Amino acid sequence: MIFDKLDLPEDGVLCPGHAACPGCIDALSARHVLSTLGRDAVAVIPPSCMAIIAGAQPMSALRIPVYQPSLESSAAAASGLRRALDASGRQDTHVVVLAGDGGTYDIGLQCLSSAAERNENMLYVCFDNEGYMNTGAQKSSSTPHFARTGSTPAGKPSRKKNLIEIMVAHEIPYAATATAGFLPDLVRKVEKAKALRGMRLLVLLVPCLDGWGVPEDQGIKLARLAVESGVFPLYEVEDGSRYTLNAPQKSRPVRDYLRAQRRYAHLEEHEIEALQREVDTGWARLQRRARVAAAEITAAA
Amino acid sequence: MNASAKRMLLTGNHAVAWGARLARPKVVPVYPITPQTPVLELLTEFHAAGEFDAEMLTPESEHSVMAACIPASLAGVRVFTATASQGLMLMHELLHYASGARAPIVMANVNRTIASPWGFWPDQTDSLAQRDTGWIQFYVESAQEALDSVIQAFRIAERVFLPVMVNLDAFYVSHALEPVELPTQETVDAYLPPYAPEHFLDPARGESWGNVVSQELYCRHRRDIGEAMDRVPAIAAQADQEWQRRTGRGWGVMERYRCEGADLVITSLGSMCGTAREAVDALRAAGHAVGLLKLRLFRPLPLAALRAALAGVRDVLVLDRNFSPGAGGVLHQELRAALYGMQAAPRIHGLLAGVGGVNVPPQKIVELALAARSRKPAAEPVWANG
Repeated sequence: MIFDKLDLPEDGVLCPGHAACPGCIDALSARHVLSTLGRDAVAVIPPSCMAIIAGAQPMSALRIPVYQPSLESSAAAASGLRRALDASGRQDTHVVVLAGDGGTYDIGLQCLSSAAERNENMLYVCFDNEGYMNTGAQKSSSTPHFARTGSTPAGKPSRKKNLIEIMVAHEIPYAATATAGFLPDLVRKVEKAKALRGMRLLVLLVPCLDGWGVPEDQGIKLARLAVESGVFPLYEVEDGSRYTLNAPQKSRPVRDYLRAQRRYAHLEEHEIEALQREVDTGWARLQRRARVAAAEITAAA
Repeated sequence: MNASAKRMLLTGNHAVAWGARLARPKVVPVYPITPQTPVLELLTEFHAAGEFDAEMLTPESEHSVMAACIPASLAGVRVFTATASQGLMLMHELLHYASGARAPIVMANVNRTIASPWGFWPDQTDSLAQRDTGWIQFYVESAQEALDSVIQAFRIAERVFLPVMVNLDAFYVSHALEPVELPTQETVDAYLPPYAPEHFLDPARGESWGNVVSQELYCRHRRDIGEAMDRVPAIAAQADQEWQRRTGRGWGVMERYRCEGADLVITSLGSMCGTAREAVDALRAAGHAVGLLKLRLFRPLPLAALRAALAGVRDVLVLDRNFSPGAGGVLHQELRAALYGMQAAPRIHGLLAGVGGVNVPPQKIVELALAARSRKPAAEPVWANG
């Protein structure tokens, strides 16, 4: 197989020698988010895998300043930082949150909702590995249905929370999903978000090799399977209504994605079928919303 | 007395808001809670009128307020907020975070009962329960003192890089109208130059804060906080003297009222001191050698000054408008610890007086003082309103 070298911005904001697990695409994702955003930025990184990657004081793996807030307060801390920069005439300096799903979907959701309601000017990036992976893989509200974690040994009995929809309901300027499995799409979305102002959210799927039970060299492969099976659709929503589905779209059964992971090894046939129905329903809903948005744009034109 | 200063009739809350306005903070995150709300409302009115050049943000909770205050302060700007009671409780985790980050935030706290059950009454358990959070704490008795203390607090905070809490009692101070002298903006600007720290979050500098440290670094950091705290009594006294030089008003880290030759000294925090003043006058008029020691700086506890102030006094009567179940009054415990081992240490009588906002009139304090003189102190908590 012949690969073309991707032509992506590379600013070296994330340094080599960071503390990510071998093969983890958290670091790859952060590298491209940070390179695209550039050096006029301050990062807010709550306790999470990303905080480990950023490194122990007095060292840092990032060439931009990092403030580490408490786990539940990223969006509030980023708001305070934003206002202080504004008050200092630094309106063009980006404030970027690099948080995990536990710090976003769960304990940090209250202040994220509040920051979205105020439309605070920040880029909030959720590195979604679908659980508390930094504490050894326990369930979060982002953990998918039936997945086994340290706190759901029989499989999670409820479905994954839909963060994008929650944030879309706040009518924020930009909300999108992306993954390092499709880097040009990810970089394009960071660039798009970078050019906007107000609250912008990116949810990046990051397979946790250890927590999901995936071989070290399969992170990218699994991220691609998640997209191709429709489990993690790539899409973006502008101003709370303009839905766009991005390529690649759903093209293979959920089973292909599930069987590549130990966290689903216990699934019975009826559970696999149930997950397929959930994905199909979600996909159809997204398609409807994208069609409505396209029709509205046509009508307006 | 400053000739160009203006006199206004203000509540304690509005005096706090004026103090904050005159100190020119750049970021003010704030959340409403009874009885602090008038502070927030007056600041937002100033802001809407274009008289207050600060970024104001109104997050969904006091927790987020404090979460916003810390990195705003670390970005190198002056930060103010205000809260009360449950709001302070909700901030608790981040109070430690703020002092750990060496963020010189100034916060007014209106002392109010903490639930459950629900109440709105003056009681200082809320802030006294934060005594180990690394915040400098002042307790004030009047609206004027509240205004002056907010301004002084910034000067102290920014010298030692520790946050300061200015506490005022619910209603007695927060809502009572009093004549207050407003210093001119020029007076405050000269006293409080713009905040310009050596270190701050800035892409051009790349300095960071908050990620994991080794045991040794953590321990060293705590010792640094302790050393900064140790410097506070002298720096607070100096800040107060400088304020007095410019405005004619000084409050001291503590105040000794009619303590000359006193064999019994009443000690308390905040508005209770105003009531105790009247009791002392009545007792002195009746020929009793009784004085008042008003403790304005509670954290750090000014140990040396306390010991000096109470040397030779036979009885100390501590009036605690707070309650730590299983221990008693917080100030009582603190004073016992502070005076322990002192030669000819005073007998310390601890009384739980006014817990939950129960009224304690001057005559009640007169009775308590007379009773204390003829009684050995009890080891256990004693309820004054038994």
